[in-house]
Amino acid sequence: MKETLVKVTINGKEVAKEIESRWLLSDFLRDNLGLTGTHVGCEHGVCGACTVLINGEPVRSCLMLAVQADGCQVETVESLARADGSFNHIQQAFANNHALQCGFCTPGFLMSLKSFMENNPTLPTDEEIREAISGNLCRCTGYSNIIKAVKEAYALNC
Amino acid sequence: MAQYVGQNVKRKEDYRLLTGNGRFVGDIRLDNMAEAAILRSSYGHALIKSIDTSKAKDCEGVIDVITAADLEGKVQPFTEFVEFTLPPNLEKDIKPIIKKNPEPMLAKDRVTFVGQAIAIVIAENRYAAEDAIGLIKIEFEPLPVVTDPYESVKAESTVIHQDLQNNIQSHFEVSVGDVEKAFNQADHVIRARIKTPRVSGNPLETRGVVAEYEERTQQLQVWSSTQVPYMVRSYLSKLVGLVENNIRVVAPDVGGGFGPKCAVYPEEIVIPYLSTKYKRPIKWIEDRLEHMQSTRHSRDQVHDVEVAVKNDGTILGLKDHFLLDNGAHNSFALCCAYNSAAHLRGMYRIPNYDITGQIVLTNKTPNVPYRGAGRPEAVFVMDRLIYMIAEKLNMDPVDVSFKNFITPEEMPYDTDLFYRDGANMVLENGDYPGSLKQAMKIVGYEQFREQQKEAREKGKYLGIGFSSYIEGTGIGPHEGAVVRLDSSGHILAFVGSSPHGQSHETTLAQICADEFGVSPDQVTVKAGDTSLLPYGVGTFASRGAVTAGSAVHVASKKLKEKLLAIAGEMLEVAASDLELQNGKVYPKAMPTRFVTLQEIALAAKPGPRCKVPEGMEPGASATHYFVPPTVTFSSGFHTAVVEVDKDTGFVEILRYIVVHDCGRVLNPMIVDGQIQGGVAQGIGGALYEEIIYDENGQLVTGTYMDYLLPTAMEVPVVEMGHQEFLSPRNPMGIKGVGEGGAIGPPAAIANAVCDALKPMKIEINTLPVSPNKLRSLIEEAELQEMH
Ligand code: FES
Ligand code: FES
Repeated sequence: MKETLVKVTINGKEVAKEIESRWLLSDFLRDNLGLTGTHVGCEHGVCGACTVLINGEPVRSCLMLAVQADGCQVETVESLARADGSFNHIQQAFANNHALQCGFCTPGFLMSLKSFMENNPTLPTDEEIREAISGNLCRCTGYSNIIKAVKEAYALNC
Repeated sequence: MAQYVGQNVKRKEDYRLLTGNGRFVGDIRLDNMAEAAILRSSYGHALIKSIDTSKAKDCEGVIDVITAADLEGKVQPFTEFVEFTLPPNLEKDIKPIIKKNPEPMLAKDRVTFVGQAIAIVIAENRYAAEDAIGLIKIEFEPLPVVTDPYESVKAESTVIHQDLQNNIQSHFEVSVGDVEKAFNQADHVIRARIKTPRVSGNPLETRGVVAEYEERTQQLQVWSSTQVPYMVRSYLSKLVGLVENNIRVVAPDVGGGFGPKCAVYPEEIVIPYLSTKYKRPIKWIEDRLEHMQSTRHSRDQVHDVEVAVKNDGTILGLKDHFLLDNGAHNSFALCCAYNSAAHLRGMYRIPNYDITGQIVLTNKTPNVPYRGAGRPEAVFVMDRLIYMIAEKLNMDPVDVSFKNFITPEEMPYDTDLFYRDGANMVLENGDYPGSLKQAMKIVGYEQFREQQKEAREKGKYLGIGFSSYIEGTGIGPHEGAVVRLDSSGHILAFVGSSPHGQSHETTLAQICADEFGVSPDQVTVKAGDTSLLPYGVGTFASRGAVTAGSAVHVASKKLKEKLLAIAGEMLEVAASDLELQNGKVYPKAMPTRFVTLQEIALAAKPGPRCKVPEGMEPGASATHYFVPPTVTFSSGFHTAVVEVDKDTGFVEILRYIVVHDCGRVLNPMIVDGQIQGGVAQGIGGALYEEIIYDENGQLVTGTYMDYLLPTAMEVPVVEMGHQEFLSPRNPMGIKGVGEGGAIGPPAAIANAVCDALKPMKIEINTLPVSPNKLRSLIEEAELQEMH
């Protein structure tokens, strides 16, 4: 099958690869680049587990072709921890508040929240937090600890 | 000394999961790995006249296409799961009819449900495999489809499996006391048909298998997203004819299970077999659309129930006949059905009780246990009845509950029937009235009734609903632990149960840490790998903490004793005069003269420097298999406060309260997390989730656009109250907690909705309480009022 050259900046590193144009961005990240932190829960755009940031905006990588990301900045969960391996504020707040159980949905939440917090620098209401994460499904936690964690992440970020 | 048990110790699992370093089955990549895709039946019931795979085989990148014919003589069909067969005394007591109903690996000449696997393509990657799937040609001859269990039991119904003669796969009856007499003495008899529909557990990670065969050593390595790796190993060995010890099954990080991953599936047998055949690693990852069709569903019970009551609300007896629509196969004997029968009376003293259960086959995906496993269905029946009794007698539902509770003074209370494990079902302890009182206090029951009145005057419909549950948790037959002191002084604990979100690595480390006087950081727990221990069971049925926790506790104690004995030799002090604290062993009288755990580990090695006392084996390791005498009974009360929009039929949950008893709490944060998560799933079942088939057996709710999982917008923060009645059935007093949260919401929410709409006569006896269903109930009631 014909392959197309895709050049993207992933987590700050430039990558150029030939791939079939039908490949999903999620498969490209996971299978071609080994970035398996981005999870695939539904492959039809509902669960949000596959959320990554494209030029800073949250995107469902299962609904996007890798070739569409050509020339873009892509950020995945692997980029979140600090250089010394320690947690960023959102990760730390998740750990402090038991905001994950199986952890399968977690990368998607972290990426959605990264963008949300950058766009909403002041502490939102509970209702706003709920809305911000309503595009991410979690089957384990029942969300309450995620909401708690978001509030703490705001506090830690001060 | 409990230093860590009972504390909110932060999870050891989280670092890898938060940094994208978890390793789920889908994340595994091996050299030369091929990928599989599966062709599934698009018919609910049909004969397969022919399968033509030639075009698919010619497709670029395709290695082979496998159908049932290729497995003949190589892979045996499933038998029923012996793990779930009934103990002899229970069998003798209830004399069930259970027809063997084994499932083929791949459909051969007929398909019996949409989603049944027919052919497997192995290709260089998933894209190529899926291309080839589209080129397989199958000629079907459609057969009449049965989707309604009441049609299915009729004599004239199409029989799905000819060899079973009819579609009733199992039948059993349980009888306690004298029901006829009770009904004769009743002032009132209330009858209802109460239905809990079919739902799907939907862990966020789908199923998946990776298998690699090493010919040189004949080792078969399998990774599977399962709750029961030992069961997968045992069936692989049996059905493919391999030496069990040559198979290693690993459940790596698993993205939720909730029951559906507690079965062994055809893919877990066939994919490993194919890896031995093609001598290449093979990976199959289920996609969500396959998951909705082929991963097992659950619930789907209809109860025809009658209850005999006196004018004062006393329940004299209960009769129930229920059907469990199990889809096209049942490999789990009476598991969920008998759970329903055993738990239906719940917290209530109902001395006369007759229940008949029938497991019926239809052209749907087979059912398996899902969080609660027969209990949410039973609770929905019992607690709706409590509300109906209250309605009939014009009583407050809580007074009906108080009237009929088993009291703390009656504990331990013999329910007069056998539990599924064959033991007498005796509720060991608990305070059910106290639990309801606590729930009423948290919600502010009296004030709420006032508030409700005021709101009603303003045209707002508020309601409150309670539901109660007891749950047999921590079922056997056993679970094991090996606790070992590493030469570095670090402690290792290996267990046979297999977590998928339950935090074993943390809670079991807390247990160990307390025993050895170290911090949980100095303990590493490993689980989900059949190479760790010879025997293991798995994580389901709220059993992890009870069984694996107890095993770790006792194994740690055994090892500690041995370490003290070795230290005694080293220090030339009697072991009984020694103390172990902070990683050091010292004479109680002289704490400064110590040996470290690391020094003891070295002294445990065989050889001239060995200090292991004579008569003991060298080594610093201890094993314990915990065999519970029977289950422990957790219990709790759920309270829902809702507002109903009468015009739209929309239900909003304003408050949700859970008071529960799970015995000794190992880690409150984790226990609360289990409850909150369980309630979220229960809310899904109460308000949103339903698997629907049309009359042709086509799955209507096959995507997340039609099968609605609760989001953060729909799940309130659960307010919690705790009771802690330690179970005498295991050394730490633990009771299980994993499922409780999911058991109560359907009944509590349905009761709350009925309460909100009072005095309108609305009976919600089926789920989910979706806006359209509720609107039609309201319309009906309004019409009746007008007449
Ligand atoms: S995997 Fe992309 S939204 Fe679910
Ligand atoms: S933690 Fe399991 S799905 Fe969210």
